[in-house]
Amino acid sequence: MKRKNYFLLFMVVLVYFFIFAPLILIALTSFTTESYISFPPVGFSLKWYENVFSNQTFIDAFQLSFLISTAATVIALLVGIPGAYALSRYNFKGKKLIKDLFFSPNMVPQVVCGFALFTFIIVRLRLSVRVALLVGLAISVVTYAFRIVGASIESLDYAIEEAGMSLGASRLTVFFKIVLPNISSGIVSAFLLAFINAFNNVPLTIFLSGPGVTTLPVAMMSYIEYNYDPTVSALSVLLMIMSFAIMLVTEKLVKVGK
Amino acid sequence: MKKKSHWLLLLPGLLLILLFLVLPILRIVVPTFFGDGGLTLKGYTDFLGDSFYQKIFLRTIRVALVTSLICVVLALPVAFYISRMKSSRKGIMIALATFPLLTNTVVRAFAWIAILGREGILNNLLMKLGLVEEPLKLLYTEGAIVVGSVYLFLPIMLTSLVGVMENISDETLEAAQSLGANRFVSFLKVVVPLSMPGVIVGSVLVFAGTASAYSTPLMLGGNKNMMMSTLIYQQAMLLDNWTRASVIATVMIVTSYLVVGALNTIADKLGEKSA
Repeated sequence: MKRKNYFLLFMVVLVYFFIFAPLILIALTSFTTESYISFPPVGFSLKWYENVFSNQTFIDAFQLSFLISTAATVIALLVGIPGAYALSRYNFKGKKLIKDLFFSPNMVPQVVCGFALFTFIIVRLRLSVRVALLVGLAISVVTYAFRIVGASIESLDYAIEEAGMSLGASRLTVFFKIVLPNISSGIVSAFLLAFINAFNNVPLTIFLSGPGVTTLPVAMMSYIEYNYDPTVSALSVLLMIMSFAIMLVTEKLVKVGK
Repeated sequence: MKKKSHWLLLLPGLLLILLFLVLPILRIVVPTFFGDGGLTLKGYTDFLGDSFYQKIFLRTIRVALVTSLICVVLALPVAFYISRMKSSRKGIMIALATFPLLTNTVVRAFAWIAILGREGILNNLLMKLGLVEEPLKLLYTEGAIVVGSVYLFLPIMLTSLVGVMENISDETLEAAQSLGANRFVSFLKVVVPLSMPGVIVGSVLVFAGTASAYSTPLMLGGNKNMMMSTLIYQQAMLLDNWTRASVIATVMIVTSYLVVGALNTIADKLGEKSA
């Protein structure tokens, strides 16, 4: 690789252009004065941003998505961390089967999961849509907890735990005083990925909506069906800023953890 | 007590998955095999025998395959380039590539509506350049679904490939070139085979993701280009045909396990060979 390889460089530029052009386009069109998506955008206005904040459906959907995704992520971690610990620190019969079972949410298409939960939780158990959303999203992101936290536990030397226990600490104390602080950066990364995926989920949540209970991406999709104006562009930009902020905060936390 | 404590740790996860994933799925899958007072495959022969549904099934497989293939072809050279960078720059390139993953799929499909639409950016450009006289029909086609899906999953393929390519040492490449292979040949004969585990992991993710994505086929494919995911929603929620939706669900699960299983078997074989 001493000489520059122009073909590779060309491919890199092409692919990064392909990745960024659509997002930049959305960002630019959010400031247009015209009431449709056009390029290059005409004029400059913030009216589409005002539109987002005066749209009660979007506000409600954002609140619902934010709260349910946070709760679902917390559940996924509470369930996933002990599970990941057991899978990496214990040897027992049927371990392979349990492992496959824990990773099965990745194998089942999410639309199938959504349909199955709709018929079970909402129709059969007659529980509310919110409960179905909470459970469904927790399942859809629990593999992040297993995988990422599991990897951090695996990379932690078991000898440290043994040392703690041989000095008389109980397994529980060792877990909270030694293991948990050492895997905190893994937990933060898992939280971030799980939250963003829960927040952005469409295939599952499309099946789990009811009167007044719609997640943000689903609300955006039905808005686009009837209105093709830059309001969605403006909302997209706001969401990109939010995701970016969460990413920066996580990066900081992970660095502090290390 | 000490011996059994791992089950206590596994219990919450097991309960969540058994109660709210395995049980609900069994509740829809099992009844599809019963009917007319006995075991039957009628739901499946009806579904797969109907040319309308056949087309949708085949389209889903085709779109997922083509998308995976395009992702591999685009990502191989780019991931190779990134994998040879200094680690600080590498981090930036990967962060940039994965940035779109932070936005939801509706936003990303929306961008492609603006680009591919009848009065979209691409058609405007082509008309201005005088390359076409009438706007081309780009949106609401199978091609649009493929473009939108590549857009969704290319970052995932890139990160899977960079992961394995980092482990290819510079010495290996130099050795290939000092033996007379030119760079293109050494890329094809050395880099690509060594990257196969990443190609397979990436392909599993891209294939499964494309085959089960909902918003992209709906927004870019329109009513005429349904895929299995939009079909199951239509049958279950708009037509209230839960029996058919359950059959579709089962077909989707089986397809997912077959494809992923096949690719994983190939990956294991490759792993044995290189090990």
